[in-house]
Amino acid sequence: MTAPASTSGTTARPTTPSRRDNIRPSGKRPGNKTPRAFYWMVIPALVIFFGLHTVPVLTGMFFSLTNYAGYGTWNFVGFSNYLNLFRDDRVLASYAFTFGFAIISTILVNVISLSVALGLNSKIKFKTGFRGLFFIPHILAILIIGYVFNYLFANSIPAIFSAIGLDAFATNILADPNFAWVGIVFTTVWQAAAFNIILYLAGLQTIQPEIYEAAAIDGAKTWRRFRSITFPLIGAYFTINMVLSFKSFLQVFDQIVALTNGGPGTSTESIALVIFRGGFQGGEYGYQMANAVVYLFAIIILSFIQLRFLQRREATY
Amino acid sequence: MTATSQGTEARVQPTPGPGASRPARTRSRGGVTGGINWWLTALMAVCSLTVLIPLYFTVVTALKTPDQLGGTGFELPTSIRWENFADAYNLTNFPQALMNTALIAVGAVVLTLFSNSLVAYAIARNMHKKFFKGLYFYFLAGIFVPFPIIMLPVVKETALLGLDNQLGLILLYTVYGLSFNIFIFVAYIQSIPIELEEAARMDGASSWGVFWRVVFPLLTPMNATVGILACVWAWNDFLLPLVILSDPSARTLPLAQFVFQGQFNTNYTVAFASYLMALAPLLIVYIISQRWVVSGVMRGSVK
Repeated sequence: MTAPASTSGTTARPTTPSRRDNIRPSGKRPGNKTPRAFYWMVIPALVIFFGLHTVPVLTGMFFSLTNYAGYGTWNFVGFSNYLNLFRDDRVLASYAFTFGFAIISTILVNVISLSVALGLNSKIKFKTGFRGLFFIPHILAILIIGYVFNYLFANSIPAIFSAIGLDAFATNILADPNFAWVGIVFTTVWQAAAFNIILYLAGLQTIQPEIYEAAAIDGAKTWRRFRSITFPLIGAYFTINMVLSFKSFLQVFDQIVALTNGGPGTSTESIALVIFRGGFQGGEYGYQMANAVVYLFAIIILSFIQLRFLQRREATY
Repeated sequence: MTATSQGTEARVQPTPGPGASRPARTRSRGGVTGGINWWLTALMAVCSLTVLIPLYFTVVTALKTPDQLGGTGFELPTSIRWENFADAYNLTNFPQALMNTALIAVGAVVLTLFSNSLVAYAIARNMHKKFFKGLYFYFLAGIFVPFPIIMLPVVKETALLGLDNQLGLILLYTVYGLSFNIFIFVAYIQSIPIELEEAARMDGASSWGVFWRVVFPLLTPMNATVGILACVWAWNDFLLPLVILSDPSARTLPLAQFVFQGQFNTNYTVAFASYLMALAPLLIVYIISQRWVVSGVMRGSVK
């Protein structure tokens, strides 16, 4: 995943394969440099990708300028959908919720995953067994996990709290508009940490043990070793995990459907859920497309800021 | 990754038995600070309970009779009600949902592996060409496009094209996975020496022949990584089947759990039996191939 490092190899490569191809007496190849086969390898993919990925994005952008309800006739309304977005409390609340959720989850997932990966990378017993065990949540459907955790939050945890006499906490956290997000973050972190642990572990294993041996000779303590050796060396993994997990948390949908369905009220509605509901059920096709376009640009801008910021930090070591 | 330190052990460990046959890595590590850290092992065991407890809870709840549900729910069942599974099986039409999910996941993995690696190969070997370089960044840009902006238009489009079924989902997983897979495939292909391909070309192989007979077999480790991730994604995804599929008989396992949520409502034991049956197939496959899966994912991310 640390691809940028390896791209430099390509430009330097001479065009040997194409020359070889022209020498071949196949006869059907004219004098162009790239074998035609290479174009046939990519053109079907290009057409299908354009049709099923780019065309929807472009039609979406087009309809964001209309009052289309998802059916029937429509008219151009200019940028009024966009202006209305900024006056819509439900939309603004969904942005606040989604970004807050994504920031908290990203930090928690990365801190927890890195800690567990450090533990798994040290001299412990049953290494591979633990490794396999911690990866399990990744292969389970988050929707179904959400249903299981829903029952835990609604019934088991209150029962445990009242059993130990803490009746103040013996409530269903998902039914509390102020704290329902905690349950969603918990479930998300539980599932997402699995994959990040494995990614960090892969990063940690690229560090040569000699480096630690040298540090041990210099008398570096555990925390200092982590701060000055381990962390800088897996900086690229940290950057990519932060960016990718933040981006995927901004699209949160499944676990919210399973845990709170956006409630209580609309207190845990994510952007994806608002677009889904408004677009499919609320007859707000054009309006929600405007919402989606704003969302697209927010993700692009934030990803690049994050990338820039984290890579600069990476480079200062 | 594995060939860590041949030179080190000679330096750090003054007297390594000359005929010692254990892997170099274990020895050189053990040599620095001694044996197993049991405290850390215990801590890891405690941490792993966070993974195991919800799974334990799912299993015991699925086995109970409804009247055993009170309390914290962590108690072992006093009497087991196997009919929960039969009820869930019939209610959600489990075999049909399982077949749909398996079909979509296998189809998506096969199509992804063959098509995405081929595209990545053509791009990786022609990166000096403007067209291919542009294509690379065009596909890569897809990583930053969130699904909700595609969601509403693509539903209309797939309905129009007759792709609102399992086949359409296979195609969509292949297309939407392309952006990320191109990224890792291209980096990997660029690390394969081009001389191998040249030799095959000298022997008269075409570009297609070179790819299928020389490059594709060399991609096996990366194919494992991409295949595992595509399988897990297609198997567990909920939003795409929810919006794309129009025929109820095409339902996937997660979608069936969602659709029957209303009917489960008061009947938690049947609901949990259904959840367990939906989670079990991939979980069983994972437990059998656990070592291979985890090292496959790790290998892919090191590149």
